[in-house]
Amino acid sequence: MGSAGMFFQHLMNGLTLGGIYALIALGYTMVYGILKFINFAHGDILMVGAYIGLFVFDLLRGSSPLGPWWIAAFFIAMLVSMVCCAFLGMLIERVAYKPLRKGSRLAPLLSAIGVSFILSNGAAWLFGTHSRKLEYPFDNSPISIGSVVITPHQIMVLVVAVVMMVLLKLFVGKSKMGKAMRATSLDGETAKLMGINSDMIISLTFGIGSALAACGGMLIALDYKVYATMGTMIGLKAFVAAVVGGIGNITGAMLGGFLLGLLETFGVAVFGIPQGFKDTIAFAVLIIILLVKPEGLLGKVEKEKV
Amino acid sequence: MSMLETKALTREFGGIIAVNRVDFNVERNMITGLIGPNGAGKTTLFNNITGLDVPSSGKVFFEGRDITGLPSNKVCRLGIARTFQNIRLFKDLSVIDNVMMGRHFHTGSLRNRTLQAVLSYFQVEKEECEEYEAAMKWLEFFGLENLRNDSAGSLPYGYQRELEIARALATEPKLLFLDEPAAGMNPQETDSLMETIRRIRDLGVTVVLIEHDMKLVMSICDNITVLNYGQKIAQGTPSVIQSDPAVIEAYLGTDDDEEDF
Repeated sequence: MGSAGMFFQHLMNGLTLGGIYALIALGYTMVYGILKFINFAHGDILMVGAYIGLFVFDLLRGSSPLGPWWIAAFFIAMLVSMVCCAFLGMLIERVAYKPLRKGSRLAPLLSAIGVSFILSNGAAWLFGTHSRKLEYPFDNSPISIGSVVITPHQIMVLVVAVVMMVLLKLFVGKSKMGKAMRATSLDGETAKLMGINSDMIISLTFGIGSALAACGGMLIALDYKVYATMGTMIGLKAFVAAVVGGIGNITGAMLGGFLLGLLETFGVAVFGIPQGFKDTIAFAVLIIILLVKPEGLLGKVEKEKV
Repeated sequence: MSMLETKALTREFGGIIAVNRVDFNVERNMITGLIGPNGAGKTTLFNNITGLDVPSSGKVFFEGRDITGLPSNKVCRLGIARTFQNIRLFKDLSVIDNVMMGRHFHTGSLRNRTLQAVLSYFQVEKEECEEYEAAMKWLEFFGLENLRNDSAGSLPYGYQRELEIARALATEPKLLFLDEPAAGMNPQETDSLMETIRRIRDLGVTVVLIEHDMKLVMSICDNITVLNYGQKIAQGTPSVIQSDPAVIEAYLGTDDDEEDF
């Protein structure tokens, strides 16, 4: 394989991984944009999404042979998982964060860590600690395009991630509700004076973020395994992606996600960072960004309000 | 019946009584002034009426309906809008987008709108157009239409004040609260603001304003309420207020205080 071929190969791998990071990073960044709060349970919502997707998919495909029905079943499972997680996210917000909104800013943060433990330990207790496999809904044998080898899985991940991001951008930029969301994130109190029900907007934000996490959870479950703590590391890395892109900025989270995916892939493949140290790349990037441009790539420097 | 009434409205902040059993009335189609020295509780009273703050005790009635403690988004929907002492625009959004935010709930309930937006993207665009025109109408009212695409934060101070009023008016209120609208304005700007407030009243909007500029207050208000240390000390027409001994004392101090100056 030529070096150009190699380059495209890594590019493809990096974009696939990055697309998943980006989907998950969006949830962190949207919630932060509105509440200035990091939802540390976000990674565990992804895990719940993966489990729901796995169970629904297995139920739907039953013992039918691999075929078009599997693909349909996979997307139905994804939809079910996204809807369930949207409600889960809204429920968590209502029960664990909303009552603390008026108190110190540390309180919901601690509550989020508590929710994270409840979800991951709850999953371990309910489903056991062994890991499960989400089957590919299609024949995942690699396809060669010139000298580049891509898998159907990679294509699906990229297509789904890009479609989700375009939909989100359209929603936030064009729809009434999206505009209310932007107004709430710019100044919640004033938005309320415009007749915007900010409680509902906050709830909706959690719902959308959690649905995207569920989607990301299912995509990653195809390549990795489904287990109770699967959301911890990927959640942390997606958080890094959100910070790198500029937390609170939706485009920034997408950029940060793709950038992180590419850096991890190229870091291992080109710069010879040992596979075992792959996870350190994200955190090294975080440290560098915090030193050089703490507000993130697309973030704005917050001015203190007088 | 007054358009808006507060009955013994009280707001305490940990032992400090910012507003103390205040009965405040606003008559329809009039310009009502709320004056008093700094720290008299004027803004707190505004906040407690517009739903930004909840009174410790007492009641607020708007058009005969008890609105005490109602959240500000609901107060807005009943037809009460306000501006702030320190301007609170969406600084990163354009001038027209700020005003369109004010028109937010006029296009059906949010819940229905989202459903429709999903069902028919086209429809949103059309609605957007009508909304755009309505927002432009308010910009034209203030002569800001040529600045519509500038970001709100980049406007000169006086224009920002006007834009904030335009955004409040875009919610189509029956009652408009202005918190120190002339703060930081030069005499010419203040004169034009007085004219603007009269034009707003002529649209059928009842106006309540907090203001320290006595020339403005005395020349445009039909009725004035004076607060001092959280209590209402006087109420009446400008001429009554100007000759009220309690008001003069509150503003100039008693003889005993004079050495403090």
